[in-house]
Amino acid sequence: MLDDKDRIFTNLYGLHDWRLKAAMRRGAWDGTAALIAMGRPALIEQVKASGLRGRGGAGFPTGLKWSFMPKEIGERPHYLVVNADESEPGTCKDREIMRHDPHLLVEGCLVAGAAMGCHVGYIYVRGEFIREREVLEAAIAEARDARLIGRNNINGWDFDLYVHHGAGAYICGEETAMLESLEGKKGEPRMKPPFPANVGLYGAPTTINNVESIAVVPTILRRGAAWFASIGRPNNVGTKLFCISGHVNRPCTVEEAMGITFRELVETHCGGVRGGFDNLLAVIPGGSSVPCVPAHEIIDCPLDFDSLRNLKSGLGTAAVIVMDKSTDIIRAIARLARFYQHESCGQCTPCREGTGWMWRVLTRMADGRAEKGEIDMLLDVSYQIEGHTICALGDAAAWPVQGLIRHFRHVIEERIDRYSANADGQGAVAAKAAE
Amino acid sequence: MSVRRLDPVQPESFAFTPENLRWAEEIMSHYPPGKQASAVLLLLWRAQEQEGWLSRPALEYVAKLLEMAYIRVYEVATFYTMFQLSPVGRRAHFLVCGTTPCMLRGAEELIAVCRRRIASDPHQLSADGDFSWEEAECLGACVNAPMVQVGGDTYEDLSPERLEQIIEMLARGERPPPGPQNGRQFAAPEGGPTTLKKPSETP
Repeated sequence: MLDDKDRIFTNLYGLHDWRLKAAMRRGAWDGTAALIAMGRPALIEQVKASGLRGRGGAGFPTGLKWSFMPKEIGERPHYLVVNADESEPGTCKDREIMRHDPHLLVEGCLVAGAAMGCHVGYIYVRGEFIREREVLEAAIAEARDARLIGRNNINGWDFDLYVHHGAGAYICGEETAMLESLEGKKGEPRMKPPFPANVGLYGAPTTINNVESIAVVPTILRRGAAWFASIGRPNNVGTKLFCISGHVNRPCTVEEAMGITFRELVETHCGGVRGGFDNLLAVIPGGSSVPCVPAHEIIDCPLDFDSLRNLKSGLGTAAVIVMDKSTDIIRAIARLARFYQHESCGQCTPCREGTGWMWRVLTRMADGRAEKGEIDMLLDVSYQIEGHTICALGDAAAWPVQGLIRHFRHVIEERIDRYSANADGQGAVAAKAAE
Repeated sequence: MSVRRLDPVQPESFAFTPENLRWAEEIMSHYPPGKQASAVLLLLWRAQEQEGWLSRPALEYVAKLLEMAYIRVYEVATFYTMFQLSPVGRRAHFLVCGTTPCMLRGAEELIAVCRRRIASDPHQLSADGDFSWEEAECLGACVNAPMVQVGGDTYEDLSPERLEQIIEMLARGERPPPGPQNGRQFAAPEGGPTTLKKPSETP
């Protein structure tokens, strides 16, 4: 288990005051001016050396992403956009940062801004997080009043920070959709290239980072890249907020070392799986967009980017959704299919039409009202969505379905058999009898 | 994709209160000159808070304020699902999270309570006009599932019985204490945190 002294989010549970003075006592805003005085190249070098990989799902190295911004500030200003549109089902970590440790995020924004030549930053908070936004706005006002940010601040890098508020669209968590939304449009993702580091917000160089990626940076710089890199396993280092939901005895959000095994995570912090580990059916280890993993594969698997990729799944946002044997896995995945159907922006045909199609077929399969040949047809359709859309929502909709068929095809087949066994000569089936 | 249209019954007019107008001007200054359209989501939010829902005159008003074509504001209002395009319950509109993490922990029972106690269908007003509900997609409190959201408040770790109590309290004009309803400390495990038990030393 990670030692408390190595935890970055020391007020994760809101046991202490989030306000500036208390946050400073916990270590926020300590020597920020000295960090900024390191200068752009050194800051980016340090973040690269720490091995920090983006915490929003894709796991792209943060320092490398920062280095894509133009070296000199040209005619167009540079923008920092912080992705606080936390909407991936299962994920509720950024919420805790914003409402309980907002100053770590505000300070991180300033440092990231200095590292990339940005004098303006926007934090895009999802529409549902109203109280979280209020706390964040208050924290920004405190920091501005204390001249920690803003023009002519005491840290030596002019930086204006604003909170922007979404209104209930999952797709705005996609970085280019977020830029469209910030410009006052529908959240429809843009084609890449050009990438945001060249043509982003208002056509200017922009970097979009997840809340957690930004909020950990000041602590990493204060304690040294080597400290962060020493936690976890090679290429998968540092601490990570895990959100464990579903069928565990005590669901919670907790900061742990990357690469902790599923068993240790759930035993230490969640009181085990409901009904014991023998009662575990499957786990979705990284938010709804990654394929589920059956019990025997996940139980002793380290939870990090590379280990989970080897199981054809992913760490995603480290939102661990646990399902015990009472779960109707087909219905659980069908509900996710409905989520993607609802959240597709409608721009690309394969996603707009395909997500609804998959949901309708899965709903039938959950009842058993399907033919076995449709399982392969469903799989085929999922492959026609995956990779054929502007953004990754199409992939995210396809993967849970592929995971279901990969690991639980027999459950779908049994359901179909049971349903058709109740059919009479004309093919009519008593709905109740099928259950 | 969800298909959403404006309400067939529309009011005559809409205008921000003087305070809201001042606030809107301040918000518009957060964006570069000429980019005031960026403020559209925030202004629509404020209009919805003022009236309870978004009417066509409200969209027209915001379009004029931001020098945007009406159709661009219409697109935005119909795209983002937290904008209510028809009147909602006077006392409360419930967003019931129904996505898988909440479903695994009993969201369907909460929906059954809403169907029985408020209205049989989502977006339909209760008989007294006080309440309405809808099934929302993941509201981002998954470790505190199942949960509902009313305005800015979330009610987490709910049982169907507790949800009924909350509806009754709101009906009496009370504000039930938001947050976890089973005595938990926010997202800490029930029964107390397993980490951060004492204030940490800072390096």
